[in-house]
Formats: sequence, C-alpha cells, structure tokens
Amino acid sequence: MSTTQFLFAGFGGQGILFSGKFLAYKGLMEDKNVSWLPSYGPEMRGGTASCSVIISDTPVGSPIVSNPDVLVAMNLPSLDKYEDSVVPGGTIFIDSTLIERKVKRDDVTVHYIPATGLANENGMPTLANMIIAGKILAAMGEFDEDGINAALGKVISARHADKLGLNLKALNLGKEN
Amino acid sequence: MVVFDKPNALADASMHYCPGCTHGIVHRLVAEVMDELGIEGRTIGIAPVGCSVMAYNYFNCDMIEAAHGRAPAVATGVKRAEPDSIVFTYQGDGDLASIGMAETVHSAARNENITIIFINNAIYGMTGGQMAPTTLPGQVTQTSPYGRDVNHCGFPIKVCEMLSELDGPEYLERVAVNNVKNVKNAKKAIKKAFQNQVDGKGFSLVEVISSCPTNWGMTPKKALEWIDEKMIPYYPLGVYKDRTAAKEETK
Amino acid sequence: MADKVLMKGNEAIAEAAIIAGCKHYFGYPITPQTEIAAYMAKRMPKIGGVFLQAESEIAAINMVYGVAATGHRVMTSSSSPGISLKGEGLSYLAGADLPSLIVNVQRGGPGLGGIQPSQSDYFQATKGGAHGDFHMIVLAPASVQEMADLTVKGFELADKYRMTSMILADGTMGQMMEPVALDYEIAPAPEKPWATVGTKMAREHNIVNSLFLAPEELERVNFERYERYAAIKENETMYEEYMMEDADICVAAFGIAARVAKNAINEARKQGIKVGLIRPITLWPFPEAPFKKAADKVKAVVSVELSMGQMIEDIRLATECKVPVSLCNRAGGMIPSPEQVLEAIKAANNGGAK
Repeated sequence: MSTTQFLFAGFGGQGILFSGKFLAYKGLMEDKNVSWLPSYGPEMRGGTASCSVIISDTPVGSPIVSNPDVLVAMNLPSLDKYEDSVVPGGTIFIDSTLIERKVKRDDVTVHYIPATGLANENGMPTLANMIIAGKILAAMGEFDEDGINAALGKVISARHADKLGLNLKALNLGKEN
Repeated sequence: MVVFDKPNALADASMHYCPGCTHGIVHRLVAEVMDELGIEGRTIGIAPVGCSVMAYNYFNCDMIEAAHGRAPAVATGVKRAEPDSIVFTYQGDGDLASIGMAETVHSAARNENITIIFINNAIYGMTGGQMAPTTLPGQVTQTSPYGRDVNHCGFPIKVCEMLSELDGPEYLERVAVNNVKNVKNAKKAIKKAFQNQVDGKGFSLVEVISSCPTNWGMTPKKALEWIDEKMIPYYPLGVYKDRTAAKEETK
Repeated sequence: MADKVLMKGNEAIAEAAIIAGCKHYFGYPITPQTEIAAYMAKRMPKIGGVFLQAESEIAAINMVYGVAATGHRVMTSSSSPGISLKGEGLSYLAGADLPSLIVNVQRGGPGLGGIQPSQSDYFQATKGGAHGDFHMIVLAPASVQEMADLTVKGFELADKYRMTSMILADGTMGQMMEPVALDYEIAPAPEKPWATVGTKMAREHNIVNSLFLAPEELERVNFERYERYAAIKENETMYEEYMMEDADICVAAFGIAARVAKNAINEARKQGIKVGLIRPITLWPFPEAPFKKAADKVKAVVSVELSMGQMIEDIRLATECKVPVSLCNRAGGMIPSPEQVLEAIKAANNGGAK
C-alpha cells in the first residue's frame, strides 16, 4: 500500500508535463491508480509550469500535490517556491545545470543531475526532462526496460515514433548519472 | 380567367398583422415560391422576435421560433444538421440589424447556404413603434420623439450595402412591396434567393422595404407612397451582390 | 473491457460525446475548456460530423438550438463567463423542450474573474440559469472517468426528458489526466416525432416554439414541464456515499472538492473521527434523501465548496436544519487543502460548527 506524490516544476517548454505524463503512464501500465494535473493558463507560456502526478496502490483522492514526496525542480524559482513543501524524508531532483544553489534542508534526499548540460552534450537538447525521469526511476528502483518501452509507446505518438530511441537514451543517461 | 388561390405553403390562418401591413404580401410571396419550387416538404422556416414572431403559424412547412436576433445561428444549426433541407429565416430590422447583427454578418461571412427574408420597415412594430437601426434620419418614433438625431444616436444601417463588402455572401438584393411592379420584382428576388439554396450556392438575403402604417401614423395608402418618397431614396432598390451573375459576366 | 488510456477530462468529454452519437459541436474559445473544441475540431470532420467555431457564445448556443430542433444529438461547451452568455439560449431550449448537452468547466468569478478552478456557478446551474421557471439536469463529475460517463448519461437523459443536461465541471477536472475506459453500449436515441426536419408533405407541420401569449396555456406547459421534473427527481437522482454507515460527521462535496474531502476523511478516520462523505453526482435534482437520512444520524454537516457557499443552501433545506451545517471553502480559483477540510471536520466534531 503506497502512494507517491510527484511535483514537477520548471519553465514552460522544459517538458515538465511530458515527463510527468510518462511516469503516470508507466504507473498506469503497472495497474496503479494515477493522476496527472498540470498548471494551466498564461503561466504556461514561458513562465513557471508545474505538474502534479500521483501514483498509488489505492484510488487517488485529491489530484493536487501540495506536499510532494518527490520534487523535480528544473529552475531556481521552482526550487525556491517548492523546497519547503516537500515532505520530510522526501526526495528532490535538481537540474544542477540550471540551479547553482544547493538544497538547504537536511531532512530530504537530494539528487543533483546536470540534466540540461547532459542533454546538450548528447545531442538531445529538449530531453533534460527525460534524463531526470530516468534518474527518478533508477532511484526508486523502477528502471525496468519493458515498462519504460511500453510507457514511451503510449506517450510518444506514432507520428514521432522516431523519437522513441532518443528518449530511451535520455532515460539511460539519467540512470547512469 | 385568373383564379386567385391561396398558396399551398401558406396556412389557412387569419394573420395578426395590422391593416395595410405588408407582411401579408411577403408571407404570400414566400409561400408561392415554396409551392413553385416544390420545396415545402423539406423547408424549415425560422421565425424571429418582432412582428413576424408568430410566422410559425402562417406557413405550412416545419417552423422554429428563435430568440431575438438569433435566427441565422439557429438556421446554421438546422442546415448543418439537415443539409438537404431548405432553411429560411424571416426577420425584421430590429432582429436582423440590431440585436442580431453579429449573427447576420457571420452567417453571411460563412456563406451559410440559407435564405434570409429581411423586412425593413424602419421601425419596431411589435413593441409599438420605437426607433429601429434602419429608422431614417429625422424620422419620428416613440423613442426618437423629436426625430432621429444622427448626432445623438447615429445613422441608419444599410444592410445590403454593408454585407456586399463581404466575400462570403452569394446574393443580396433590396426590393420593395409598395406597388405591383415592385411586388413582382420582390417575388423574383425571393424566388432566386430560395433557388440559390436549392442549387447549393449559399447565403442569399432579400431586403424587403415594407410599410408600417400603424406605427408610421399613416393610412396604408400614404404609407406605400412614403416608401417611394422617403425609404427608397435612402435605401435604393437593386442587386447588391450576385456572385453567380458576376462570374458569368466575366466569362 | 477497453484498455484504459490517460486522457484529460476535457478530451474525455469530447470523445464520450462522439461515442454517444453527438455529431454536432458549436463553441467559442475560453479557458479552461478549449481542449474540448480543439478535440472536436480534429475529430468531427473525420466522422462526418460538424465542428463550427461560432462568432460568440450566443451564436453557439443558438446553433445548438437549431440542431436540437432537428432531433440530432448536439452539444456546446464553455466556461463560466461564456455560460452566462449562453443563458438566453438555455432558457429557450427549456421553453421549447429541446434536448442538448452543455458543458461548463467552471472558473472563478464574478465578471471576467480568473481562469483557475471554481464551483461558483452552482446557483446558476441548479436554479435555472436564466429567465423563467426551468431546470437543467446538472451532472457533477469527480473523475476523468465520470467526465466521460456523465457525458453519455447526459445525452441519454436529455433525450429521455427533452431537456438540457449540463456537465458542471471545473478547471481541475477539465485539465487533469486520469485513466479512463470508454466502452459504452449506446442505446439508440428515442424517436423524435416533434423534430423539425421537413413535413415531407406527409404530416402537419411541426413547430418548435417557446412563445405562449395566452397565460392559461403558458401556465399549462409550465405545470406539465414540472411534472416531468418531478419524475426526474424520483428516478434520476445520483450520489455517492463514502464511509457514511457509522459517521458522526457528514462532509458534503462534489467534483474536485469531493476528491480533496476524501483525503481529509481518510486522515480523520486515522485520527479516530467517524466521518463520511455524501457526494452529489446530480446537483439538480439534488440528492435530498441521503442528507435527510444523515440529518437524523450525524451531529454536523460540513459543506466543502470552491465558492462562497452555494450548495450549502440545498444541504440546509435537505437536512431541514436539524443539524448544524458549516462551510469549508476557498474561492476565486483557490482549492481547499485536505488540511483545511480536516480542521473543519475536527471543528464540527468538537461542536464548533456554526
């Protein structure tokens, strides 16, 4: 019986919603209860975007994540805004290419991933989000290739099927870093 | 011998219109056209809010009563759902050119394949003679008791001229029903407006300059004369747009 | 069973509508429901249906009126300010006894308000929404699956009772994704001999109309309509009860508020407070019976709402003021937190309810 509440936050355009959807789909395909709730409106046009994802063994109550078990911060304003909301004992994933400061709290586990840098170096500049998703799965012990492939098949439309390999590579990069 | 019969598409009901009102003439023309084109069984008429609000009782085809000004939107829904039907709206100047102007302009811009019969009598008849969007400058009505002051409430709207600037509409003509010759022309225009729809050509609107003796405060005969003296000079009769004819000319 | 897919609530409504046989959609863009229009714009041409972006909300609802008069299933969707504009059309649809489906993905108001989720159109939806004596069947989904299910149900009820069904959702429900299975057996729509589709010269003309100048006649059609409404109250009321069997405190909430409330109830139960939930699924007809029953068992009711307190009035009527009813609310696009609801439950349990 477990419930994990994720909060993904960053700039609009960093693929926050996409990586959230990917993790939700992976949960769904493992017969978990899932919900995905984006922030919406003008703030999505280049401002701070966020996305609540819940993956649970029991039916999801409120889809709004205000105290995440897992925070993904892909820019400084997001870390500033949400650092204190993470539950004690929770985990924070940080894109350390874009966020120079360290997490101030000592009651959470923190993973610093130079995701944007890795993405640029590896010719996948739009996939920093998936590098972090790979790190999350690895850290949670849920990096199974079959589940990942199945979920990618769901979130990547047939029209963009050629992007599947690159996404997989990004996830693996995350796992290894 | 000419036998004067009631058109089949016109219901055998006594109309509520005032003595000398020209709505009856236009109703008859529309019904005659339905008969002549053999379309009554697939025609759906939309009645407006205004004097012709109860037009649904006067035509034998299926009828829908619409909210004030919304007849072209309702007609759009009907025509899109039943493309083989013939859909017409019958609207007055307040309905079409004031509260329903957006629906009028946009159905024209979309070139909806519908027929609009637009009665312009320069006044709100149903509510007892208030200023209409087509009330003439200086014309006295209940809400322009000192005559329409264009500096205060603006100028009349010339619907055919305005719509003719749009790329959408197929056919726009202004006619009158104040004498035999004009009635015959009006019949021709109305028939063309329905025929266009049968042929799938698109938005056709006939503006009919009509009289309102009751609210103009005139005898029926004087009202018909007033159309010639005042209305037609401001609202010249004629074809304002005929895309098919224009295409044929350029050939 | 069909595979579950992740869908946004707005998209689930659109796809369910198409499955239910709706081939005509008219709308005007407004956040946070524009996904419905976008989905329809993509799908309708592929199934021989009609998507048309109207010049205004007013035109859209009147296009709906036109299609409804021909007997086809038809819908429009909007968000709060747009629904106000549709009010005129809602009244005419009711007056002419035409079936249709209207979706309101609510946002904060009044006026232009904001774009964040709200439930502050409850009064507008359940008390008529425009001039004249009338009701709409108001359905309040609390999950993406229900967004779809209640859309199908809404079309069926609309046809059955010749009236408007409204889906009263909110920005959260519209924007969130959850697993949804869209496997429905759609019963054929009932015959509509009243539809204006042309007489084919084979019958008297049909008239779709809401004008009755003789007051006796207008009174008669109103009384007849309310007989139908009585049948709906009798047969179509829907609600969910959660942990109400032994509850001392009853939380009342619909839509997203009910989701938040469940979290709070689960936490309160852990802390030993016997609390349950009544979640109205039909807001009109309002599920009076479970509240009436609860009024004899619980010591207080807490109404959780994303408004300044609207459903609370119906709760007070249904409980006949036998127990105190308190309000736990946020407004203007804010959503109550589970902690806030928990505090309200504790206050009610300690007799602190007003």
